[in-house]
Amino acid sequence: MAICHSQASGLGGVRTSGDLVARMQLAKGMRINEAKKFVADKLKVEVKDLSDEVVMREVREDLDIATVFMGYGSGSRGIEAKAKISQLLDLKINCVEKFKEKTGMRF
Amino acid sequence: MTKNISIAKNKILHEEESNMIQTRMGDGAIVSMSESDVRQEIEEGIEDAVKRAKCEPLSGDDIEQLYDIVCDPRKFISVKRGNELTLTYDSQPLKFTRLGLPGAMPQIAQTYERCMMADTLEMCYVHYSAKPVKQIFPEEEAAVAETLLITTPTLLYGVMPNMPTYTKPDGPCENATELMPKGMIKEAQAAQIEAAQLMEDDIVLLGDHMYGAGADGIDLDTTAAGGDAEFYGVLKAVERLREKYPDMQIEVGMSGEFILGFHGSLKYKGKRLAGMYPADQCKILAEAGASMVGAVVNTNTRKSFPWNMARALTMIKQATKESPIPVFANVGMGVGGVPMQITPPIDSVSRVSTAMAEIGGLDGL
Repeated sequence: MAICHSQASGLGGVRTSGDLVARMQLAKGMRINEAKKFVADKLKVEVKDLSDEVVMREVREDLDIATVFMGYGSGSRGIEAKAKISQLLDLKINCVEKFKEKTGMRF
Repeated sequence: MTKNISIAKNKILHEEESNMIQTRMGDGAIVSMSESDVRQEIEEGIEDAVKRAKCEPLSGDDIEQLYDIVCDPRKFISVKRGNELTLTYDSQPLKFTRLGLPGAMPQIAQTYERCMMADTLEMCYVHYSAKPVKQIFPEEEAAVAETLLITTPTLLYGVMPNMPTYTKPDGPCENATELMPKGMIKEAQAAQIEAAQLMEDDIVLLGDHMYGAGADGIDLDTTAAGGDAEFYGVLKAVERLREKYPDMQIEVGMSGEFILGFHGSLKYKGKRLAGMYPADQCKILAEAGASMVGAVVNTNTRKSFPWNMARALTMIKQATKESPIPVFANVGMGVGGVPMQITPPIDSVSRVSTAMAEIGGLDGL
């Protein structure tokens, strides 16, 4: 059923930009259109591009904020990508803050 | 099948008959209806929602759009480009466990991220209740912390508040359902308050541990299944967590379209909880400090899919309009118009998904 919903109406997760839009909705209480506009502006793309797998893969690769391809030689993943997403969206991400505390790194 | 034919009241006809729309009943059984029957079912579903939830009916344009979605001959349909929304999940990793795929939770989360286009992730314990998970916090926190290192989307830790687990014979509190038939109303109300307080403390403890492990927040799913006292306890827990953690993401998924008044007299911020429908549930949760709401409208298995879909959309659209925080409709089996089936039919699910996004104006599912 989750697959059916993702195909019928889902924004596409890390395959496109769904994770970024959902993050703004949950963290800042943004409604869907507001969150899409915010993310599109940050990524410097049009709102209509947010669900385009081709455009968004290139954008995510350029920004190095993780794609679904995680094989050898892939870019940032997991906490690495989230550290960059935190900066990109100007948003505190709990686990990134914890990572900073534990490593003593500041970025 | 005999039962379903009886329920459909002669609307079941052979597929070969022309000019008939193939749709389903709320239990998933296929039925064929004439175009006028479908329109009538939609009108009656809206009427029922307006009467019960005291909300505005769908507009004429909404009804036409819903009619087109229901009657589309294709098996699978989707939103138009640009109308996509984001998806959240309840008991996300357990969906694999129930399929007999015993993977570790971190790997299931990776699978959702990279294979299933998930916009958000959720971790949980197989019991999926607030009470038992506190006994295994160290193991669950370790799994959450490990998953956070290797995944990208927002990650919530999910439980059901499940207040009845605090009553005898499973918990320390007197069982209100045994006291009430004896006429011991005040004792039954006191027992519910005691159970709600224990549950509230456990939810706050859960929030402390999971937020401390790095999770983005928590998902309180199937809230108020134990009635208005459970809803009260959840609202108080949300309020306490919001005060402690201003940035915590708190998702509250509801259990039903209205709050059952097992206690009957409870108020939160001056508002009576029993009998609240989705729009009021959303507003009171926003007041408590929730980040978003998972609104529910129950599916009636004796009614048709168009009736259930129209009814759910009417209530949910009103809730989305009035809610100060994002609304994500619950669209799993038996809610939001989806037929009550362990294998929900794709034709119905894709129609619910599309209608909720394009007519309901929701923020997510």
